[in-house]
Amino acid sequence: MQDFSLITSWIDNSLRSLMPGWLTVTVECLLIGVGLLLVYSLLALFYIYYERKLCAAFQCRLGPNRVGPFGLLQSFADMFKMLIKEIIHLDHIDRFLFGLAPYLVIAASVMAFAVLPWGNGLQVIDFNIGIFFLIAVSSIGVLGILLAGWSSNNKFTLIGSLRSGAQMVSYELSIGLSVLTMVCLAGTMSVGGIVAEQENLWFIFKGHIPAIIAFVIYMIAGTAETNRGPFDLPEAESELTAGYHTEYSGIHFGFFYLAEYLNLFVVSGVAALLFFGGWMPLHFPGWDAFNHIMDYIPSVVWFLGKAFVLSFIIIWFKWTFPRLRIDQLLALEWKYLLPINLVNLVLMVLIIVFNWHF
Amino acid sequence: MISSAIFGIENNGLLAVTALLTGVALVFLALWIAKLISPRSFNPQKGEAYECGIPTRGESMSQFKVGYYLFAILFLMFDVETVFLYPWAVRMRELGVNGLLSIAVFFGILVLGLVYAWRKGALEWK
Repeated sequence: MQDFSLITSWIDNSLRSLMPGWLTVTVECLLIGVGLLLVYSLLALFYIYYERKLCAAFQCRLGPNRVGPFGLLQSFADMFKMLIKEIIHLDHIDRFLFGLAPYLVIAASVMAFAVLPWGNGLQVIDFNIGIFFLIAVSSIGVLGILLAGWSSNNKFTLIGSLRSGAQMVSYELSIGLSVLTMVCLAGTMSVGGIVAEQENLWFIFKGHIPAIIAFVIYMIAGTAETNRGPFDLPEAESELTAGYHTEYSGIHFGFFYLAEYLNLFVVSGVAALLFFGGWMPLHFPGWDAFNHIMDYIPSVVWFLGKAFVLSFIIIWFKWTFPRLRIDQLLALEWKYLLPINLVNLVLMVLIIVFNWHF
Repeated sequence: MISSAIFGIENNGLLAVTALLTGVALVFLALWIAKLISPRSFNPQKGEAYECGIPTRGESMSQFKVGYYLFAILFLMFDVETVFLYPWAVRMRELGVNGLLSIAVFFGILVLGLVYAWRKGALEWK
């Protein structure tokens, strides 16, 4: 198995021989920051392209195909266009909260992004309560959206942000409980630990029935958490113009756009982590030759591949199902997903107690 | 070999602050660049709310439907209880039957809360 910590420790050692310890740590933190910034923006831009291309395929269209080969540079062009657009200053808004909202949304998604296990030795934050930290920081995003809607002083944004708040907090419960189910199986909350636990077999195979139920619930709740269709009533364009970010213009709007796509990646990355082993290659106990071949595929490719496949499913949801009404949305969470999740948790506990898992 | 700790930095708090500052820097830099290159024009009409062209009636930062508060309160209750379940989930195998029984009582109260809210009609969107 490739080990990226060889590279990082080589950089660490060569930096340490050049400068004192505190400066080394500062430079390394800067390196991490720049790396995160680049990967974050590139991935968000790639996701915008990915979604547009897939959506086009679902609707028998070509999608973006003019800018660059296969339209690959389209989202760069879009982002640049957003940068050169005027940021309109409104008269009636709460200026401080209006400015604060994009910071909260972006910072929450960057922090959640930093917890993901990118590869062997390529994980930025590895708290012993990693997955818990991830849920905690990703829920800060709700605050940003609520602030954006409230401070804009516009009826559309207010309704959009309230819907989004109600939806995101409700579905966070389902995410929390299905993560809890998998934490029961893993016996650890550390992201690195969860990946290491899946060295023999991914959790979706290990925990069979409850893991599969938890996975389905997680995917539904994750779709709702990212405010994507069929749960996109916060920005239902036919009723609310653009939802909570109606009053934002130029790159100010671009932040919400970026964060939405990045959250899609974070949700599918967490699903890959909890159910499909994070960066861990596909291993089966006893199949030594097979396991060995799988180890040749780099861990980053495994992680990104899993995340892209899972995002494909979420994008597929969006272009297949019609939008829910708010009462249906809340009923789905509180009357179906939550009770099923609670029963599923008990089932998982039984399976662990009687040692029925693989 | 499974390894963690990028650059051998053990202080995760420092890394979390780095990630936070990265997010803040992203927004700040992008806004700064936009300020440098984007055009600027002034017009009294521009500062008005975007509500389909006609002027806004009344204050928009006003009272809203109480149903949203209700779901927020329900969420608060369940979320705090989920937080209490996490430490047990990590140590589930070590705590054994005793832990299982105590958490069953706790879990029963959680379910009772849901049943109560359901019977009271708090989950209906009216």
